[in-house]
Amino acid sequence: MIEVTEKIAIEHGLKKDEYKKICELLKRNPNMTELGIFSAMWNEHCSYKSSKKHLKKLNTKGKKVIQGPGENAGVIDIGDEDAIVFKIESHNHPSFIEPYQGAATGVGGILRDVFTMGARPIANLNSIHFGSPANKKTKNLLSGVVRGIGGYGNCIGVPTIAGQTSFDESYNGNILVNAMTLGLVKKDKIFYSKAAGLNKPVIYVGSKTGRDGIHGASMASAKFDDKIEEKKPTVQVGDPFTEKLLLEACLELMKDDSIIAIQDMGAAGLTSSSVEMASKGKLGIELHLDKVPCREENMSPYEIMLSESQERMLIVLENGKEDKAKEIFDKWNLDFSVIGKTTNSKNIELYFDNNKVANIPIDLLAEHAPEYDRKWKKCKLPQRIKFKKKNFNKLKITEVLKKIISSPNVCSKEWIWEQYDHTVMGDTIQKPGGDAGVVRVHGSEKAVAASVDSSASYCYAHPLSGGKQIVCETWRNLICVGAEPIAITNCLNFGNPEKPENMGEFVECVEGLNEASKYLNFPVVSGNVSFYNETKDKGIKPTPTIGGVGLIKNYKNMTTMDLKEIGNIIIVLGKTEGHLEQSIFAKEILNEKKGPPPEINLFNEKNNGETVLKLISDKLIRSVHDVSLGGIITGIAKMCIKGKKGIKFYKFKGLLDKFEYYFSEDQGRYIIEVKKDNLEKVKKILDKNSNHYDLIGEVIADNISINDEPTLSVDKLTEFNKDWLYKYMVN
Amino acid sequence: MKSSVIIFPGSNCDRDMDVALKKFGFKNKMVWHNDNIIPKSDLVVLPGGFSYGDYLRCGSIAAKSNIINSVIEFANKGGLVIGICNGFQILIETGLVTGALLRNKYLKFICKNIFVKANKSQNKYFNKIKKDILELHIAHNDGNYFCSEDDLKIMEDNDQIAVRYCDINGEISVNSNPNGSIKNIAGVFNIKKNILGMMPHPERVIDNYLSSNDGSYFFENLLSNMK
Repeated sequence: MIEVTEKIAIEHGLKKDEYKKICELLKRNPNMTELGIFSAMWNEHCSYKSSKKHLKKLNTKGKKVIQGPGENAGVIDIGDEDAIVFKIESHNHPSFIEPYQGAATGVGGILRDVFTMGARPIANLNSIHFGSPANKKTKNLLSGVVRGIGGYGNCIGVPTIAGQTSFDESYNGNILVNAMTLGLVKKDKIFYSKAAGLNKPVIYVGSKTGRDGIHGASMASAKFDDKIEEKKPTVQVGDPFTEKLLLEACLELMKDDSIIAIQDMGAAGLTSSSVEMASKGKLGIELHLDKVPCREENMSPYEIMLSESQERMLIVLENGKEDKAKEIFDKWNLDFSVIGKTTNSKNIELYFDNNKVANIPIDLLAEHAPEYDRKWKKCKLPQRIKFKKKNFNKLKITEVLKKIISSPNVCSKEWIWEQYDHTVMGDTIQKPGGDAGVVRVHGSEKAVAASVDSSASYCYAHPLSGGKQIVCETWRNLICVGAEPIAITNCLNFGNPEKPENMGEFVECVEGLNEASKYLNFPVVSGNVSFYNETKDKGIKPTPTIGGVGLIKNYKNMTTMDLKEIGNIIIVLGKTEGHLEQSIFAKEILNEKKGPPPEINLFNEKNNGETVLKLISDKLIRSVHDVSLGGIITGIAKMCIKGKKGIKFYKFKGLLDKFEYYFSEDQGRYIIEVKKDNLEKVKKILDKNSNHYDLIGEVIADNISINDEPTLSVDKLTEFNKDWLYKYMVN
Repeated sequence: MKSSVIIFPGSNCDRDMDVALKKFGFKNKMVWHNDNIIPKSDLVVLPGGFSYGDYLRCGSIAAKSNIINSVIEFANKGGLVIGICNGFQILIETGLVTGALLRNKYLKFICKNIFVKANKSQNKYFNKIKKDILELHIAHNDGNYFCSEDDLKIMEDNDQIAVRYCDINGEISVNSNPNGSIKNIAGVFNIKKNILGMMPHPERVIDNYLSSNDGSYFFENLLSNMK
């Protein structure tokens, strides 16, 4: 075996100091297998060494939280003994190197995190971010990622119900692929990863182990340079069919109580799954690596421990249950092998052909893993911009609307989600393209809503405000479908934590999201951090992604954004202040990229949201949509497109410039459609709750009619909205 | 009325079909692909999904599975057999219906509502459905139906074209063809019309809160013919 040197340790992604610490802790030099294990457990991806200090502050508790961060996924209570298990995870680095497999295995990984806990997956979501459309790689990456997400989710038979796609040149060399899964489980049938009891058999199930994905987790903790093509072998290869078998076999085994602990082999494969289970149970673990089913010949202990082959699980079983368990995995044609047992040594001990090949105290790998207090730089709030309003006069509102509605970040993403099976399982009652996806809880009156959101340009302009904003946006999206928001999961995509600017973005985004999460009582129950999203020293814009989950008690009361009836009144709930900086209008039309993002007023946010929920439960709202990118007029245009109806705006009055009024992106606002007969009732509720509101127009047929401008047909607008992505992808 | 839904290891519409059949009054049983015998049934359904992963041609391994011989036997005796989506692909691979299902014309998976016109003459699947145009749902990557000109002629002469894609007004044209199928064919019968293979999923559109409710007509009609 090769002798380990400092140089080899550094090639494994460890720092000099870290290697020194390993030798000190072990009181000897590690051998190659041991070094591999350390490098896998101590990298950023598995150890959270740069982020831990800040993540500890997160608001993770709440009345409905059954399990917060620290398990395979978070769990929330949705009543009647039902619980929802959910989490979001990044697969950024692999997806840039190999978009199809990277994205596919991202979906596979998050599905496993959820069904490991005993839950049947009921919905997938994703948040994907690409470079500028003009970048020559973008089209290929987008096409590969979408095919990968679909290829995996469609085959396993879990509907993809919502998502988000953005384009920004900061992702030119480092795309983001974040995948989220929700699963449904009975509260008393949740499975955890904490091992317990001595001499319990440790079982390997699922696919065979190959040489794919070795060092995947270390790769995900490194930045890219010109040689990324050479990293292709570190990307895992997905097999959704085997995952489907694994899902069904695991759920079948979970029907009785043979399982003590279960953990999927995700990042850092067999290493992290065995170490985590033993560490949580404060036990030792002994593994015989020659018993691991391998698909390639002559695999070494080093390779077996570091492989990230997909569709594998590690289970600690009750004694005497092996035969029955094996029968189930045989039925599903999956490998099943007893590869070791739990011990009281508190060490991980590995054997290969009866030789001991590694022996490491588990606390060195888990609790003693490095934790850094990285330097970070505070970001000042940028100064406001004085827009020259006379320049606006040359513009026509309808012309600007056409541009915005067909711009890459606002246009319809139908080309993407039509490639995802969003209806399998027969309970999807709100498909992609709405404010949130909604699936019924099978066989009940309940439904679960989910949304993923991120706002990189707001976060880049001012991380603290941006962090707050995304949590609020997710909260709003859930409210718009009539769901009571319950909890969130976060996927924190950032640049290099060793750079104080990037670390500052992380710290302040987390602070912002935490503030909003606390105020709205919208706790974080799971998540993932992805650092080193940079290529050739250029980092991405800070992109925390929030996945929110809410409950609709009776699915028949779900709301949608499509305008319903001619003659109804349109009301904007929430105050329009005219904040244009960082808006799509400022960036796309005025080419002004500076200035602060819109401010968040958490009091108004909560008050307005709760009022909308009250109006929905009183059945006073016909349709509702939140105001986000592109302001009021873009929001209404989308409602027109979905409902195939038009709007006649009332004559504009007020102190703001009309462009400020229609295009500003002030937060905490909703557009609601109300029947004339109900207007007085609605006004009364809004007045009582002190919500600011403006009556702005009426639903008409076919056209958008605004002030004295020529009318714009909704059919035309629909074309503008849909065509951009189709044309971009086909040409 | 008794029905059986075959579960292949990669089936993923088996539960949806079970739910639909039961909703409309069938006594349904699930049958495992490794079994050799189908329980006594009036109807056998091959559901959608990815039977054995379908990394090889879709449905080709399923056509050699343990259970398939008894499905063939049941069909040859005149029993009613439906194959939806992957089930249609399997029926084709077994030779119970004619043709081939190629990769979609634009090489993409397509998941959306579509409109179809069904053949109502002398079959138990569509005969008494009052609506002329049904809004159903497709979700597939390989649903581009193809057959030779000779086969097409035979099938047309024998009135075996079961379902064709159309637009909301019933117009059958290139514009209303989602996947490139020859003559907009979405589903076909065997010559005796006891076997139906089709790409659209009626089981996904069975109540007003889903993307359509027109699948209900299909199941109601089928049941009414079997009483």
